[in-house]
Amino acid sequence: MGKEKKKVREIKTWSRNDKIFLGLLAPVLVLFFCFNTLPLMKGFYYGFTNFKGYGSYDFVGLRNFQDLFQDVRVGKSYLFTFKYAVVMTILVNVISLILALGLNREIKGKNTLRGIYFVPNILGGLVVGYIFSFLFTYILPAVGEAAGIDFLKNSMLASTKTAWIAIVIVGAWQAIAMNTIIYISGLQTVPEEVYEACMLDGAAGTKKFFKITFPLIMPFFTINLVLCMKNALMVFDQIMSLTKGGPSQSTESISYLIYNNGMSGGQFGFQSANAFVFFIVIVVISFMQMKFLGGKEEQL
Amino acid sequence: MEKKKKIKKHQGVVGSKTANRIINILLVIGCLTIFLPLYMTIIIAFKKPSEMTNDVAGALAFPKTWNLDNFAEAMRVTDFWHSLGNSLLLTGVTVVICILFHSLAGYVIGRKMGRHGIFKISYYYIVSGMFVPFAVLMMPLVKQTAQMGIANRLGVIILYVVFFMPMNLMLYTGYLKNIPLALEEASCIDGATAWQTFWQIIFPNMKPMHATVAVLTAMSTWNDVMTPLVIMSGTGQNTLPLAQLNFQTQFGTNYNLAFASYLLALLPILVFYIICQKQIINGVVNGAVK
Repeated sequence: MGKEKKKVREIKTWSRNDKIFLGLLAPVLVLFFCFNTLPLMKGFYYGFTNFKGYGSYDFVGLRNFQDLFQDVRVGKSYLFTFKYAVVMTILVNVISLILALGLNREIKGKNTLRGIYFVPNILGGLVVGYIFSFLFTYILPAVGEAAGIDFLKNSMLASTKTAWIAIVIVGAWQAIAMNTIIYISGLQTVPEEVYEACMLDGAAGTKKFFKITFPLIMPFFTINLVLCMKNALMVFDQIMSLTKGGPSQSTESISYLIYNNGMSGGQFGFQSANAFVFFIVIVVISFMQMKFLGGKEEQL
Repeated sequence: MEKKKKIKKHQGVVGSKTANRIINILLVIGCLTIFLPLYMTIIIAFKKPSEMTNDVAGALAFPKTWNLDNFAEAMRVTDFWHSLGNSLLLTGVTVVICILFHSLAGYVIGRKMGRHGIFKISYYYIVSGMFVPFAVLMMPLVKQTAQMGIANRLGVIILYVVFFMPMNLMLYTGYLKNIPLALEEASCIDGATAWQTFWQIIFPNMKPMHATVAVLTAMSTWNDVMTPLVIMSGTGQNTLPLAQLNFQTQFGTNYNLAFASYLLALLPILVFYIICQKQIINGVVNGAVK
């Protein structure tokens, strides 16, 4: 804060009005610093210690960061989280784009249908997870039994091979709702005349979609991609209610691992280092996405 | 009206009637994926444990009688009214503070961004906070709130106000461009202070954005688990989702009781959605697109 005060003295062109605004800005910055930047810095600091979450601790230099790259459990959690995020982003965007194209047509009960498809988004991830957990544990195996479908006979959540798919299903069920609505609002920005011109040129079907519609809703595609990926990378609620990281730690997301081992597993320092690396990863991915996709938008 | 006309015209362009009808039917069938889990929740919530057999019908057939015993029991076990009260309190207070505080911050920063570098830097500083996931700050924040004596509902509200700041600040400064400077200048000439000008002129003019911010903030707060889970764990206070997590062991294998509780936890937001569906969808789209 001292820096700002110095600036006020230096620049004489500050009007009275400007100073009032500066006075109002100060508490905003202080609050944000205290509960966002300060904990981020503290986390970085804890990352260099062997703090257990209680008692005294020592500095261990870069050891946590070195261990991080050799720790099997951390490695597994990164693999799972990325696998989950990539599959989710692709699956959710494909399905919601198809849904949006359908819901954007002149159909009966359009608004009601749109309203219904949005419902999963308003429900809390934790409770939805519990409900689906029952579905995976009891209903699907019963269906498999009755219909004689082998791979359904055992609960998806019980096997290390399929548990992550169950989490994708629940995550997608909720995320599709959100992305569909955004795609619909994107499709509504495409002007009528474009379609008319395109019909005159004889473009139709998939060609029309890929050459005309899709480039025009590119900005919305970017939003959905970034949003979906970011939310998926931070997955926590669904893990908490569906698997708690199991079976045999095959579905531990990074957030869940930080919570589980950092808060109660005595790895406060180590998981702080993990959290900081996770932060860097999120920043890098977000910037890459924006840089890569930012240049691809078509303007009318 | 004009929009309707446009859509009508669209029909001939976009596709044939048969294609639309097939798509219509497919979309209606697709709704089953939404309804099935919800239907199952309702059905199981009304049943007795003895009615739960091991086949599909055991879970999905109608209950013999529709009685509310499970709900009464679930309310008692999960301390429902208390949790609901906490959820309402946290969400309500957070939304009000966010609207008042973030709109002011958005005004202060947005109006002076072009004039002084410090406001511009502040803007990018706060907005970049969007990249910081809660999981990253979680551990230091637990220590910090405990040290400050706010490891309770107050602390959770403060954290929400800070976490939603980047998003809301961006929305408000963006919206400020729609409010002409002339409005403020007029009130300034009339001798109003900057403070008065904001509350009398700017704040009411930001109304559409208040709605968006309220919806986005309320939805994220209401459904959030992680923040109250780690911050308020020592207080014995629950929010609605947190109660489901904390009483999981008490439900045991009584799925009927558990589902009654889940249904109760989902009900408030479902009712709210049915009433304000349009505002909610608009709010979510505005928030994402802008």
